Parts: sequence; C-alpha cells; structure tokens
Amino acid sequence: MKQRDIQLDSQGRLRHFLTIEGLKQQTLIDILDTAENFSTVGTRKVKKVPLLRGKTIANLFFEASTRTRTTFELAAKRLSADVLNININTSSTTKGESLLDMLRNLEAMHCDMFVVRHHSSGAAHFFAKHVAPHISVINGGDGSHAHPTQGMLDMFTIRRHKPDFTALRVAVVGDILHSRVARSQIHALNILGVPEVRAIGPRTLIPAEAESLGVHVYNDMKEGIRDVDVVIMLRLQRERMQGALLPSENEYYRTYGLSPEKLALAKPDAIVMHPGPINRGVEMASSVADGPQSVILEQVTNGIAVRMAIMSMVLGRPNEEQEAN
Amino acid sequence: MGIHISKGHLIDPTNQVDKITDLFIEDGQVIGLDKAPNNFKTEQLINAEGQYVIPGIIDLQARVREPGQEDKASIASETRAAAAGGITTLCLPPDTQPIIDTPAVIELIHRRNELAASAEIVTLGALTKGLGGTELSEMYELKRAGCVGVSNARAPIPNTLVMRRAMEYAANFEMTLFLTAEDHSLSKNGCAHEGMISTRLGLPSIPEAAETMAVARLLMLVEQTGVRAHFCQLSTAKSVQMINRAQHDGLPVTADVTTHHLYLTEMDIGYFDSNCHVFPPLRSQRDKAGLREGLSNGTLNAICSDHQPHELDAKLAPFCESEPGMSTIDTLLPLALRLVDETNLTLSDIIARLTSHPAQILGLKTGQLGIGSRANICVFDPQQSWMVSHETLNSRGKNSPFIDWEMKGQVSHTLLAGRVVFQR
Repeated sequence: MKQRDIQLDSQGRLRHFLTIEGLKQQTLIDILDTAENFSTVGTRKVKKVPLLRGKTIANLFFEASTRTRTTFELAAKRLSADVLNININTSSTTKGESLLDMLRNLEAMHCDMFVVRHHSSGAAHFFAKHVAPHISVINGGDGSHAHPTQGMLDMFTIRRHKPDFTALRVAVVGDILHSRVARSQIHALNILGVPEVRAIGPRTLIPAEAESLGVHVYNDMKEGIRDVDVVIMLRLQRERMQGALLPSENEYYRTYGLSPEKLALAKPDAIVMHPGPINRGVEMASSVADGPQSVILEQVTNGIAVRMAIMSMVLGRPNEEQEAN
Repeated sequence: MGIHISKGHLIDPTNQVDKITDLFIEDGQVIGLDKAPNNFKTEQLINAEGQYVIPGIIDLQARVREPGQEDKASIASETRAAAAGGITTLCLPPDTQPIIDTPAVIELIHRRNELAASAEIVTLGALTKGLGGTELSEMYELKRAGCVGVSNARAPIPNTLVMRRAMEYAANFEMTLFLTAEDHSLSKNGCAHEGMISTRLGLPSIPEAAETMAVARLLMLVEQTGVRAHFCQLSTAKSVQMINRAQHDGLPVTADVTTHHLYLTEMDIGYFDSNCHVFPPLRSQRDKAGLREGLSNGTLNAICSDHQPHELDAKLAPFCESEPGMSTIDTLLPLALRLVDETNLTLSDIIARLTSHPAQILGLKTGQLGIGSRANICVFDPQQSWMVSHETLNSRGKNSPFIDWEMKGQVSHTLLAGRVVFQR
C-alpha cells in the first residue's frame, strides 16, 4: 500500500472505521469487549450513557436502509449524542452538487462524525480522505467493499455462542461477489484466528481469486457446510436473476438455500446467521430462520451495542494534542 | 535561420546513427551531419554536450480535450506540455466533441493547432458516423482532409458485419485502422482489472477476456479483409501473445502499449486511488511482465502516453465514479528511458519505439533525422533528475499516478520544423 492506513491515528487508535481489513486482532477484541459492556444498556430503565454528550453525529445515507440506519441512530442516542439523519436522494447528487460540496456543507454544521452509506465501493475512504481533521467517518456500507460494523456485530454474536475463535469452522454462503458484508466478515474471521473460513456459492457469485481473501471456496453447498460451527447466509438481491447470474430463486434455494436437511450436515450445535432482511424460501427455509439454531434476531440486538462501542472508541479518543502536552 | 546542435549523442534508429556528432539545421530541415555544410551560418548554437539528440517523439495517442472539453485542457496547453516533454507529434483519437467525422472538424483542429504550434497534431477520423457503430463514415473525405487513419475510439461496433465492412472500406483507401480492443458486454460497468484487487475492494471488474475476446475477433476479420490494423494500448499478456502469432503469420498488424501499463499494476490502486482509474485497467503483475516481454521481442511496436488530462474535480469522487484516464504526457520520455535499466532493450530500441516506429504506423516521414528530413528534434539530459509534482507537470491535467516518483532524464530543447519551441 502506498499510504499509511488512514483509519488509524498516530497512536494506532481508530480515528475512522472504514474497513476491518488491516486492523490488529487486539483492536477487534477491544471492540467486542467494549460492546459487551454496552450490551446491558438497552435493558436498563434509563437506556442512556453520557459518553458522547454534546457530540453531533450525522447519518448520511445515500442508499435506502431502515435497519442499519435505525440501529446507528439508536446507538448514537444511547451514547447521548445528537443525531442528524440525512437521506440523500442519489439523483440530487447527480444534478451537479458534488460529493465534496455536500461534505463541506455538512462540515459547516459542526458535526463530529459522519456515518456514511453509499452505493459506490470506496465512498467511505473518499469521505475520510477529504473531511476536516476533527471529523471521524464510520462506514455504514460502501458498494460491494465493506460493511465493517455489520462484520463486527456478527463476530460479537459468534463469540457469545462460541467463545474460542481459534476452534471454529465458519461457512459464508451465497452472493460473495456483491457482498460487502461477506468481505468484512471474512477479514474479521481471519484476523480473529478462525482456522477455516469457507465461502460457498455458485461460480457466478464467487469473485475472481477469492482464495486471496483467505477462504476455501466450495461450489457444492452440501460439501461446504459439512461440520461447520457457524453458517452465515447472505442476502440474495432479486436483480441477480436479470444479470444472467442465476436462473431462478427456486433453483437457488434448491442448490444453495439453507434447508433443514442441509443444516443437518453442519455440527449439531452450529448457529445460523443472516444479516437480514431474509428472503424466506430463497436463502433459507422459514423453519430454519425461526428454528432453535438461528441467532438472527440476536444479531439485530447486538448491532446496537457494537455500534455504540465503535462510535465511543472513535469519538472518545483523548485529543492527540492534549495528550502530547 | 541556422541552428547548430553541437557535440550531442545523436540516436537516429532509422538511419542507424548512434554516435556523438553535430547537427545542422536550416529552413526547417536537417541539412548537415558531422560537418557544417558550405556557407552555413550559425545563428543559434545549442550545446548538447553530455546530452542525447533524438528525433522528436511521436505520441500515438493523446487527448488534448479540444474541441469540446476546454475546461480540462486545450490544444495550446497540451502541445506546450508535449514540447516540454520532447514530443513533437500528437495523434488525436476521434472522440472529441464534435466527433472527428467530417473534414470541418479536422480543419478546425488544424487551424487551432497553427495558432498554438508547440507540437503538431495529427488526427484519426471516426470509423463510423458519430462513432455510432452502425454507419460508415466518409473515410475518403476524412483522408483527403488529412486524417492519418480511422478509429472508433472506445465506442463499440457490436455488429460484426458492420466491423467487417468498415475494415474492407478502410482497406479500400489504404487507411490504417486503429483499434481499441474491448468487448463491451464483458467490460460493462467495470472499473478495475478482475483479480485480487477488485475482489478485495469490491470494485466492478473488467476481466482479461474483455480484451482478449475483442483481439481474437478483430484478428480474424483483419485476416479476412487484409486491412492494416494497429491495436492501441494493449493491457494483457495474452493479447500480446495473440498479436505475436498474427504477426508471425504475416498479418499486417502492429500494436502499442502505454507507459503506465509498463510500470503499474492493479496493486497500485491501493485504497481506491482514483488516479489509477484508467481504461484499459491496470492489470496483474503477470500482464505487466508480458507487456514488457512483448516490447522487448518487438510484438509491441511503440510506446505511447494515452494522455488524458482532467480537471481536479474529475478525480474527486469514489473510485468508479471518478473519470477514467491519466495525465501522462510529461512522463512519457523519462519512463521510457528507465526501461533501459529494467529490460534488455537498448536506448536505441527505446528511442525507435518512441519515434521511428510510431512514424511508420502513422505513415509520417518524421521520426528520423536523415539529411533533408524535417527538423523535429528532442535534446535531453539523461542524468537530470526531477520529481513529479503538480508544479513540475506541464500538462493542465495534474491527474498523474506518478506523483512523487523521481524521474531521470529531462528535455532541454525541443525543435519543431527547425524552430525551437521549448528550451529549459
């Protein structure tokens, strides 16, 4: 790489949170441990801690999303920050206002953090490269590149059920090619020491040189799911049928959908995950999604604590200059 | 006006000159070598001791953004930058606005070029009307107006029958066809080479086959139609092999490569460096090695800049949304020179790929410095180092992927038709 990792400050602490790739194992563990501390906040009578009081966080969503935006918003509010939700209709950005102009306008509103979700890979890095130095950027999902907070909440969920990452076999199933979630999960699993990460999917949905991400590729679901401890199903976009990537949802379910029969090939105590929202009968059977091995709703709950942890670590850093004095 | 270039090391591949000698210029022509001709009056003496003297560089593809995108650059700004880089001839593809598909546009460009005459511009005419890919352009008219060849630039010709007829028609007037090999259904929406980096960064990708499929299809048609074809800016090792085989089989085929494909790979994208967003995309390490090999064994006949200057805003966007293209006119010569250290090519081989070979491909009489030839000349100091920065780039486009690279070799004088158009 030409440049130093721009998401770290001079002390190696998170200044932005753009991608899991390249982070230290300890940083990931710190996030998980901090999230563990926050996980009870939501069950208290007063669901707030004053850590980010006086800070302003802007959610910049260039891409429609309800769940992710809501959990970011809740996380920020539970940390006592002020939250600004800005849904940016992508067509208005193409009408001449450049991303940078928009950025300058938002900076003028004295925000401390931007949570950015954008349809183009690299958008979060682009924002981080160009924001004023006092602003932090959190990647809420950029194109097919990364969705690091989702990746971390999935790690949090796994650790709650399977505390030792070094003893796990994990399968990520589905549209790896277009999935920013899969990329973030794969980086996190590798950094946390999972000895075997498998990517399962049809050849049309597995990217070129996928092994270079640190996975074993399986095109046969039955073979790939055998004896795994964790099954992560990915969401399948309906558009994939039009691009000649898949013939039909029906055939996809039969070959790569998680049916009770296929799940039976995994370890008996395997957990089933999905970043949501689920296409029932496409990615998995309803009986599996709602079954005893599913931890899908826990993922949603955990999303708030993990995002609180990341926001507080990034914004709660002692000021670098103050520290130097 | 008599110009005497003294004690320079003259490299003129066409005339097999490679020695320290003096050069005498009058009335825009080279009139003497070694010794001054009788009655020669030196009005300007250029001391080229310790420097190389070569034919002016001929760049097979550069966009000057005029007409049509004068906010990015202009004929004046880019020909000045060319002169500062030792380039005396720029070949423009037809995708200007308006498109070069009528003699009027060619006349417009030549007139503007006369007003800003730091380097000469030659043009490629559109192969199809409006580059639309369906109807043939008036190639005869374009040739009469001065086009040195025809091309459809990056615009697709999806219908193979149209492509075949366009080739036949171009061959009819003995025009060289300049081809960009791209299968648009495979490259669609892509912005990076399909490989490790596109997979890591989640970037829509352009597979190797987007180029090789097109090369294969075009070679079959070249074989059938007999048109003289030049493949522009090849980026994959496999294409080089296919061109090599075609040349071996006697097909009238040449090809070029850019400096950036000889030095950079997909890895240089790093974390979304939009200055590395270019078409064809930066490929793998293996492709880079294959291109260098092709340049060494003569399959790739020329090195070009594929210069595409942009205003700063064009690159201020997430990777795929930034405009593709690099500003490379300033670094063409020094990067080409560096190949002497990094490949088995001699300096004379390199100079040939910048001067005499492109001249042959374009059918120009320049690119050599024999007695009586047009005095397009570049004098450069091979030892002079400089850093690439916004300040040192002469092009209006600062979108160079080589910012902060140290270059060795700097032009001291450029002559166009016997006139000093640049002097450091």
